[in-house]
Amino acid sequence: MKCKKCAGPAALELRRHNAAFCSPHFIEFFRKQVAEAIHKHRMFTRDEPILVAVSGGKDSLALWDALLEDGYQTAGLYLDLGIFDYSQESKAKCEAFAASRGLKLYVERVADTVGAPIPDVQKATRRPACSACGLSKRYLMNRAALEHGYAVVATGHNLDDEAATLFGSVLNWQMEALPRQSPALPSSHPKLVRRVKPLYRLSELETAAYAFLRGIDYIVEECPFSTGATSLAHKELLNRLEEASPGSKHNFLFGFLDKARPAFERLEDVVLKECSRCGQVTTGEICAFCKLADRVKQHV
Amino acid sequence: MRVILRNPRRELEVSGKRRVKELLLELHVLPSTVLVIRGDELLTGDAVVGDDDVLEVRPVMSGGGA
Repeated sequence: MKCKKCAGPAALELRRHNAAFCSPHFIEFFRKQVAEAIHKHRMFTRDEPILVAVSGGKDSLALWDALLEDGYQTAGLYLDLGIFDYSQESKAKCEAFAASRGLKLYVERVADTVGAPIPDVQKATRRPACSACGLSKRYLMNRAALEHGYAVVATGHNLDDEAATLFGSVLNWQMEALPRQSPALPSSHPKLVRRVKPLYRLSELETAAYAFLRGIDYIVEECPFSTGATSLAHKELLNRLEEASPGSKHNFLFGFLDKARPAFERLEDVVLKECSRCGQVTTGEICAFCKLADRVKQHV
Repeated sequence: MRVILRNPRRELEVSGKRRVKELLLELHVLPSTVLVIRGDELLTGDAVVGDDDVLEVRPVMSGGGA
C-alpha cells in the first residue's frame, strides 16, 4: 500500500477517506484535521491559554502534543480518580509527558472533593462507575479551569466517542443531551468555561496511530470499570457498521452536527443558576456533584 | 511468528507467511479497531508477515460512559 501523497510505503490506511499515508504525511493529515476543527468552531485563539484535560490515554496526550506542535499555549489537568494501579500508571504517563516537554500539569484528586475515590463512590451510589466519574470530571475540569484562570478546556474526545455518544442519545431519545452534543460548547454563564473537542474529526484508530508514530508513551490498558460499559457496546456496533460501509460513523456524526442539531438546539431553554452549596453552575438549587458528594458521605 | 495481544495481555504463536488482514481475520479482529505494530513501524493490511516476526496487535478502543 502506498502513501497517497508521496507514493512511499504507507503506515496507515484510512478507508473512510479512501487513502493511505506514510508516517510524515499521516502526521501532517492529523494536524490539519485538528486545525480545521479549531478554525471551524472558533475553539480558541493563539493568544488564549488552553487547559488540556489529560488521562494518560492516547487521545488526550495526542491532543496535547498536536496543540503544542501547532504553537498553542497549554497546560495539562490530570484528574486522579483513585482507581487502583490504573490511576497511578495513567498519572505517571501524564507526568512524564509534561516533564519531558517542560509543561505545567495540574493534578486534582477526585477523592479530595467528592469524599472518596471512584471505586468507593460506585459502592456508595450503586450506579455504574462511569456515571459518577463523568459527572466528577466535568465538575472538576470546570472548577480547575476557573481557579487557574483558563477560559477554555480541551478534551480528547474523538470521532468514535462522539458517534457513540450520539448513538446512545438517539437510541434513548435523550432530548436534553442532543443540543449539548457539539465539538465546542460556549460559555453560557460567567462560571462556565468553554469546552472544546479538537479531535472530533479523527477516529480512534487515527489518534492511536498518531500517538504511536509520535513516540508518545500512553496507557494502553483500559480502565477496569469500563468493562461492560454501554458506550463500548455502542462503539462495537458502530465499528461493525463502519467495516461494512466505511464513512458511516463520520456521516452519522457530521450529518447530525450540520443538519439535525440546530433543530434540537431550538428546543433547549435552560435557566442556569449557581449551586447554593458550592457556587458552581447548575439548573437546580443544589448541583448534581454536591448531591453525589452527599450520597458518598452517607455511605463512606 | 509471535503475536502479542492486549487487554488482557496474551501471546500466540502463529506459523506461516500471510498478509496482516488475513491474520486479523483469523484472530476475529476488525482491522479498524487495532494498530498492528512490528518494532517501530505500523503495518497496513496488505503487509506480509512471516515466522520471524514479532507483532503487537494493540486495540484502539477506549472509554467508558463518560
